[in-house]
Amino acid sequence: MLRSIRQWFDPHAVRQVGSTPDYRFSLANERTFLAWIRTGLALIAGGLAAAQFLPPLPLPLLREGIATALLVLGGAAAISAVDRWNRAERAMRLGEDLPASRFPAVLAALVGLGALVLVAAVLVQAVRGR
Amino acid sequence: MSRDPGLQPERTRLAWRRTALALGIVAVLIVRMSFPLGRAAALPIAAALLAWVTGITVAYREGGRMIEREPAAPGRSLVVVALLTATYAALGVVLVGTSLG
Repeated sequence: MLRSIRQWFDPHAVRQVGSTPDYRFSLANERTFLAWIRTGLALIAGGLAAAQFLPPLPLPLLREGIATALLVLGGAAAISAVDRWNRAERAMRLGEDLPASRFPAVLAALVGLGALVLVAAVLVQAVRGR
Repeated sequence: MSRDPGLQPERTRLAWRRTALALGIVAVLIVRMSFPLGRAAALPIAAALLAWVTGITVAYREGGRMIEREPAAPGRSLVVVALLTATYAALGVVLVGTSLG
């Protein structure tokens, strides 16, 4: 764990194993990293927008909870992107299979859950408002 | 010089630009959310704008790498961009917290 974190900050460490792959594979890995960063930024933007533009919800602090959850998920997506890039680069250099990750599934489940909670909140509000 | 028919360097350069744009959107949202803080807003606004300028600098430097024949692997830029994103997330959490108190 600590060793892999140290590797994130040392761009030469990953280049010491195996052999350099076709540069196009490395570029694809880089674009995947950037796509994950933008995913993280989109989650953060969603959290900031929820905090600023959502009207008050029927449950106190629900709005702030959703905003904070989105912000934390966005930060986690950005950090996990570095790890993913590192592990993929390492696997490509060693000719191994690309690493698997649970993060996309966890992220999808949490975003889906958050959407369901929001749908419920909107419905409760609509019923009460009548 | 033969170009990669899949235009990989070009796509990667554009991916860096999109990322710089996305950083800007988040920076603007943080600036907007800081306004109610009054004078204390200067701190998160300065942090958000500094992070954005850093992000643009990194994105355009890494994009410039793409004119090389076979672009080398990126250096520390990846972890820098990830940390900038995490900084935005942290700033957002602090702003949500202050909006309560």
